Amino acid sequence: MANALINVPQRAKRGEIIEIKTLISHVMETGFRRTQVGAVIPRNIIRRFVCTYNGAEVFSADLHPAISANPFIVFTTTATETGTLAFSWTGDNGFSVTESAPITVE
Amino acid sequence: MSHSTSRRDFLKAAGGAAVGLGAAVVIRVEPAHATPAEMQEAMRTIIGSAPVRRGKVKLELPPLIENGNAVPLTVSVDSPMTEADHVRAVHVFTEKNPQPYVASFHLSPRAGRARVTTRIRLADTQTVTAVSELSDGSFWSDSASIVVTLAACLEDPI
Repeated sequence: MANALINVPQRAKRGEIIEIKTLISHVMETGFRRTQVGAVIPRNIIRRFVCTYNGAEVFSADLHPAISANPFIVFTTTATETGTLAFSWTGDNGFSVTESAPITVE
Repeated sequence: MSHSTSRRDFLKAAGGAAVGLGAAVVIRVEPAHATPAEMQEAMRTIIGSAPVRRGKVKLELPPLIENGNAVPLTVSVDSPMTEADHVRAVHVFTEKNPQPYVASFHLSPRAGRARVTTRIRLADTQTVTAVSELSDGSFWSDSASIVVTLAACLEDPI
């Protein structure tokens, strides 16, 4: 099963811009490679990444085969209120992983 | 005296020629870095027919990378990120990968800062372009050239 690593500051001041780092283990098979007998290895990638802050979408990304294996995405958001940041990755072959991280806003 | 003058004239002429050559090289290099048709087409599919201007966007890529499988890429856009003036999306394209699309990032004023980092695959030494879509509907771009010594698509088959 996929492992996701998320780096979110536990505490932030209201209005502070926080940086969020996410890393998920995934092969991101491009669909352009072939095996030694010449058969195309089917594509298996994460297509979409979404981050929600207390239910509201704050960041999303559409990914393509040109994203490296184990997609690493860094972005920012403004700390508005205490709550939960939820992350979801969805992709080929029914791939779906969700993670969440709490944040306390002072 | 006449020798000295002729020498000066010669140097002047040589300098002029060098400047001319330099300009010619600059003009020649520009189309060589122009984006191939496929990437242009991909950009048009995503951003429509709106004009794309250079500036505001900063695309950070290492000038040379050994392994094209994981190339760090950072796109930042000069924007106040307010409700009235913010970055809606950042799209990244390559010209020599099997597909021109790399990623599209969708931002909102809540991002606070328009800055995204990820790691990408590059199949060849090439130019990467980032296009940002602002809330006023304008598009801005930046390109970066990168030398890739080990291409992402040449890894051993499994």
